[in-house]
Amino acid sequence: MLRIVACVKQVPDTTQVRIDPETNTLIREGVPSIINPFDVHAIEEAVRLKERYGGTATMLCMGPPWATEALQKALSFGADDAILLTDRALAGSDTWATSAALAAAIRKLAEREPVDLVICGKQTIDGDTAQVGPGIATRLGFAQLTYVDKVESVDPEARRIRVRRMLEGAREIVEAPLPALLSVVKEINEPRYASLPDLVRGLRFQVPVWHVTDLDVAADEVGLRGSPTQVRRIFPPPRRGQGEIIAGALEDPDRAAAALVDRLIESGRIGQ
Amino acid sequence: MSRIVNIDGQRCVGCEQCIGVCPVDAIRMEDGIAVVDPSSCTGCGECLRTCPVEAISFPESEPEAQAQAPQEAVAQAAPIQAALPEVWVFVEQLRGIAAPVSWELIGHAGKLAADLGGRVAAAVLGHEVEPLAKAAIAYGAERVYLIDDPVLAHYRTQPYLHGMTRLIENYRPEIVLLGATTTGRDLAGAVATTVHTGLTADCTGLTINPDSKLLEQTRPAYGGNIMATILCEKYRPQMATVRPRVMPMPDRDDARRGEIIREPLGLAEEEIRAKVVDYLSDVPQDDQVRLEDASVIVAGGRGLGGPQGFGMLKELADLLHGVVAASRAAVDSGWMPHLFQVGQTGKTVRPRIYFACGISGAIQHLVGMQTSDVIIAINRDPSAPVFQMADYGIVGDVYRVVPAIIKTVKERLGSTGGG
Repeated sequence: MLRIVACVKQVPDTTQVRIDPETNTLIREGVPSIINPFDVHAIEEAVRLKERYGGTATMLCMGPPWATEALQKALSFGADDAILLTDRALAGSDTWATSAALAAAIRKLAEREPVDLVICGKQTIDGDTAQVGPGIATRLGFAQLTYVDKVESVDPEARRIRVRRMLEGAREIVEAPLPALLSVVKEINEPRYASLPDLVRGLRFQVPVWHVTDLDVAADEVGLRGSPTQVRRIFPPPRRGQGEIIAGALEDPDRAAAALVDRLIESGRIGQ
Repeated sequence: MSRIVNIDGQRCVGCEQCIGVCPVDAIRMEDGIAVVDPSSCTGCGECLRTCPVEAISFPESEPEAQAQAPQEAVAQAAPIQAALPEVWVFVEQLRGIAAPVSWELIGHAGKLAADLGGRVAAAVLGHEVEPLAKAAIAYGAERVYLIDDPVLAHYRTQPYLHGMTRLIENYRPEIVLLGATTTGRDLAGAVATTVHTGLTADCTGLTINPDSKLLEQTRPAYGGNIMATILCEKYRPQMATVRPRVMPMPDRDDARRGEIIREPLGLAEEEIRAKVVDYLSDVPQDDQVRLEDASVIVAGGRGLGGPQGFGMLKELADLLHGVVAASRAAVDSGWMPHLFQVGQTGKTVRPRIYFACGISGAIQHLVGMQTSDVIIAINRDPSAPVFQMADYGIVGDVYRVVPAIIKTVKERLGSTGGG
C-alpha cells in the first residue's frame, strides 16, 4: 500500500499567450487555464503506482478558488481525493514560499496517514523554474529524485524505490528509501483519457479547501512576505536588429536561394 | 475622502504582488488580472510601489508626486554586505569532466565581482577533482573551495547539498551561480531552501545595480513571452541558475594563480540515503553532434507537414557540417525525438548559422536560439514572428527553397560545402 500525493498547478496555456505589438503588453484575454502539462504526467504516474501497488493517490493544488477545476479533472483520471490550498495570504509566493506552503499541506495530510511518495511535474510552464519540487523534498526531509523518466520498482515492505533519471545525454538508475519526492518528465508515461463516468465523478467531487490557518506554517513564510525574491520589472523580450527579407522565393526559389548563399559566402559564414 | 487606485487590466501580468502588499485585502484576482475593491481601498499606494509593470495608478487628477515619493524609501533597504563580497560558481562535473557552463559562469562572475569590488570563487565538489580546482583558477577563479571526498564521486542531492550548505555557511558568499542543468537545478533548489534564500531560475542576464549593489536577475517568464528582472534584497547569498551557452566561454589561462581552500565533507557513505545503481550513457551516434556544440543547425517545424521533410534538412546540415534540430511542434507531432528539440522546454543553442525551416517562431522556440550568430528563416507565412528575429528571411515553400539552397551550395562550394 502506498500513500501518494501528486502536486498539481493550474497555469495559463503559455503557448497561447501573445504580445500586443502596439502596446508591448501580454494579451491574456482568451488564454485558457490548463493543468500544467508536466503535472498531467505526475497525476498519471500517481494513479498508475497506486493501481500497481495498492493505496491512494491524493491531488494537492495551491491556487485560486477556481483551480478546483484542475483538481476535478485530476480526479477524473483516477485519483482518489483532492485538496485545494487557497488563501489570499499565499498571493505573490515565489518558489521558496510556495514550497513552504505545499510542504506544510503535505505534513497535514500525513497526520492522518504517513505519505510515502510525493510526485511533481519537473517544472511548470508559466514559471519554468523546477525549484518547487526540490524545495518540498528538502523541507520534508524526503529523498529527492528529479527528472524521473521511469519508476522501475517500488517495494512498499522494504520501503524502497528504484527510478531512472534523465540527465543531459545520460540516464541513471537510483535507489532510495521511502518517503521520496519524484519530479517527472513527459517521457515517463502516456496520460490516459478520462471516460465519461469518470468525468462526471470528477465534476461531482466536492474539493475540500484548506487555508493557511489550517496549516502549521508561519504567516511570514508564505505569500509575498515569505518570498525572498521579488519581481522588480517586467518588459518585452529584446529584439534583434532588423534583418533582410530576400524577396521573390515564391516565384523563383532558385534565385532567392542563390542570393542567400552568396550573402553567406560574402560575409564569411560558409565556405571558409 | 480617500483616493482609490486604478488597475490597468491591459498591463497587469497577474503576478499577485499587489495582493501580497495590500494591507486591507482590497485586491483580488479575476481571470488572472488584479481587480481592486473600491469600498475597501484606502489609497495607501503600497500596490503602486510594488507593481513591476506600472499597471496601478491613481486617477490622473491626483498629484503625481504623492504616488512617487515613497519609492525612494523602498530603494533604501540596506543590502547585507560582507567585507570582501564573493561571487561563487558551483563547478558541475561528471566523472571529473566539468560541464562547460561552469566555466561560462566563472567568466561572467568576473564581471559581477569587478562591479561589486569583490572576488570570484569556485565551489568544486567531487572525488579526485583537484584538476578541476586548477582549471577553475585558469578560467578566472581567484579562490577555490574544494571538497574532495569519495562520497561525492557521483552526484547525489543529499551529500552535495550538505557540502554546499557547509561552504556557504562558513564563507558567506554574496552571490552563488549554478548552471541550469538537471544537476544544477536539482542542487540549487535544495540549497536555497536549506540556507533560506532566494533563487532565480534560468537567468539570461545578470548585472549588478550600480547604486544598490544588488544582483539584477533577468529571466524569461510566461514561456518566454515577457522578461522579468528579479531581486533578492534581504537574504544572502543571492542565488541564480543560468542556462548553458547564454554566457560566452572565457579564455583559459594556466598562468593565472589562485588560492585553494580545502574543506571536509563531514558526511559518511552510510548516512547517504540514495544509491546510484547504474549509469547509462546515451552516447550519440557517430554522425550526431550534440546540438549545443553544433556550429550550424538546420531546424524544422510544423511547416514541414510531416517527418519526411527532415531528410532534406539533414542533407543541407551534412553539407554545411551541421546538425538537424526541431521545434516543439515537430517533436510533439512525433517527427523527431525530444533530444533534438530547441527552445524553452528543449535545448538552448548558439550556432554560427541557424536555419529555421517551416518554424513560425513561437517565443518558446525563439528563446532557445536567439543568440545564434546568423538566423535564416524560411517560411510560407510572411507574418510569421520568426521573420522579426531573422537576419535573412525567405518567404516561400520550404520544399522548394531548401533543395534550391542545397543545389546552390554544391555549385558554389562543391559537394563538401567548402569544408
